[in-house]
Amino acid sequence: MDLDTLYQEIILDHYKNPHHAGLREPYEAEVHHVNPTCGDEVTLRVHLSGDGAEAVVEDVSYAAEGCSISQASASVMTDLVIGRTVAEAASLHEEFLTLMQGRGTVEPDEDRLEDGIAFAGVAKFPARVKCALLSWMAWKDATAQAVATDDKEAHR
Amino acid sequence: MSVTSTPDSQVAAGLSGLLPGLDLIRADFPILSRTLADGKALVYLDSANTSQKPQVVIDAMVDHLERHNANVARAMHQLGAESTAAFEGARDMVAAFIGAPSRDEVIFTKNASEALNLVANTFAWARGDLQLGAGDEVVITEMEHHSNIVPWQLLTERTGATLRWFSVTDDGLLDLSRLDQLITERTKIVSLTWVSNALGTVNPIAAIARRAHEVGAVVVVDAAQAVPQMPVDLAAMDDVERPDFLAFTGHKVTGPTGIGVLWGRGSLLEQLPPFLGGGEMIATVSMEKSTYAPIPHKFEAGTPPIVEAVGLGAAVDYLAAVGMDAVRAHEEAITGYALAGLGSVSGLTILGPTDAALRGGAISFELDGVHPHDVAQVLDSRGVAVRAGHHCAKPAHKRFGVQSSTRMSSYLYTKPAEIDALVEGLEYTKHYFKVG
Repeated sequence: MDLDTLYQEIILDHYKNPHHAGLREPYEAEVHHVNPTCGDEVTLRVHLSGDGAEAVVEDVSYAAEGCSISQASASVMTDLVIGRTVAEAASLHEEFLTLMQGRGTVEPDEDRLEDGIAFAGVAKFPARVKCALLSWMAWKDATAQAVATDDKEAHR
Repeated sequence: MSVTSTPDSQVAAGLSGLLPGLDLIRADFPILSRTLADGKALVYLDSANTSQKPQVVIDAMVDHLERHNANVARAMHQLGAESTAAFEGARDMVAAFIGAPSRDEVIFTKNASEALNLVANTFAWARGDLQLGAGDEVVITEMEHHSNIVPWQLLTERTGATLRWFSVTDDGLLDLSRLDQLITERTKIVSLTWVSNALGTVNPIAAIARRAHEVGAVVVVDAAQAVPQMPVDLAAMDDVERPDFLAFTGHKVTGPTGIGVLWGRGSLLEQLPPFLGGGEMIATVSMEKSTYAPIPHKFEAGTPPIVEAVGLGAAVDYLAAVGMDAVRAHEEAITGYALAGLGSVSGLTILGPTDAALRGGAISFELDGVHPHDVAQVLDSRGVAVRAGHHCAKPAHKRFGVQSSTRMSSYLYTKPAEIDALVEGLEYTKHYFKVG
């Protein structure tokens, strides 16, 4: 079992120096997700601007406790989604999910996933896939809530 | 402690208390000789999670399935008689193993969790003397496994009773300074673990049971980590110090999964209402009302885990033949050796007592700068199997301000060289993650 397949240098770099860490204002939705089997936790906030599918992810801030894979994944995820439209970010989420669930058979697209391709090796370690997905799932949940809040306010 | 630093196998060879013929014991467990990815030898240090199985247990189960399989207690044929004899024989072996005052007080469940839930649920349904309500209290501890927390949260929510907690000292011991304020006339049930699965602490069951019985409370003991590693003789305990219920699971005593045990005082088991309804647990059924079988069958609805019981019987028979005093001595020796070895790793902090005489064979620890998941992953790449996470004891971890930990746990087949492999693996882990 090759450890270096799992622990790519990029992952360890993000682990040591996570991007966009910390909780910031303003935000429209905050979620708290846990991985019940290991106890990893993330509190994550999403700040959007604009409406509907054209809404833009202005900021994603988070406080996370967990292993190197879950911490690095949160860092890479914020790099990828901040500044994109919700629709673009959601499509990147889908692509990352496909990579993670591919058991090592999916060839990642570096142009799309950037540092996220470093997680390709994680897909070969089924027990760690959930670590890599924790913050992405939190982002998806928070974004859905932020969009829903936005819709409600628009209808007022 | 005879070993203080720099563990190596030569020092270990002189370790007193190790099981004589450890190589022969190890040869009884076929899985220990298998190799893992890249030809790495298996170093199994996760026995508090589940123990490995000796050949006699595997053979007993295969023999039952090959030659004696039939349902129990209702099949009017020779195979049925053989299967029933094997199943009830297993109950006799388990009763003897824990020194149960009566074999009819031994109830088979599917695991320790179900055994604890059986007690908590039947108390929720009890009427009369055993009924709980507002003003009554149930006392548990901060170091419990979730299996001994959630059932009591459910019970107190359902009955309006209050849940109270023993706290844990900085040394990882139960704080007994407020024993008399915590266990009072309002206390109806005290439920606690004998040996903590996360901290390793061995709790003073006798002293707590004595106080609980003074105020008329019932004592429930989670013995999932105790029965595997120390001699338990219920009949030999002073009546006021003996728990009223004791739960453990088969798969941690070298038996199979799918079978657990609840021992309970006969008088209480007779008073409590049934748990699950169905076949086997009845005396007679009419459309108006049913009456129930005497204990233990009153609490064993439906076809029980027959071959699992047979396997459990063989397992406790195996442990009894090795001798539980010898198993405990071995665990204490290995635990002492492990505490010394882990103590030699800089940046490593042990959760719980650091004196082997005060603890069981599960040692949880933190390694500065490396998350437990990552520790376990690196160790696994070297063939060393440990557990990482909260070990189903989140309040115990919160007490020490940590979210999770890495846990090594030994058993009667653990050899000192495996502890050396763990310590070397931890040094490698620090190197890999560039800490220390």
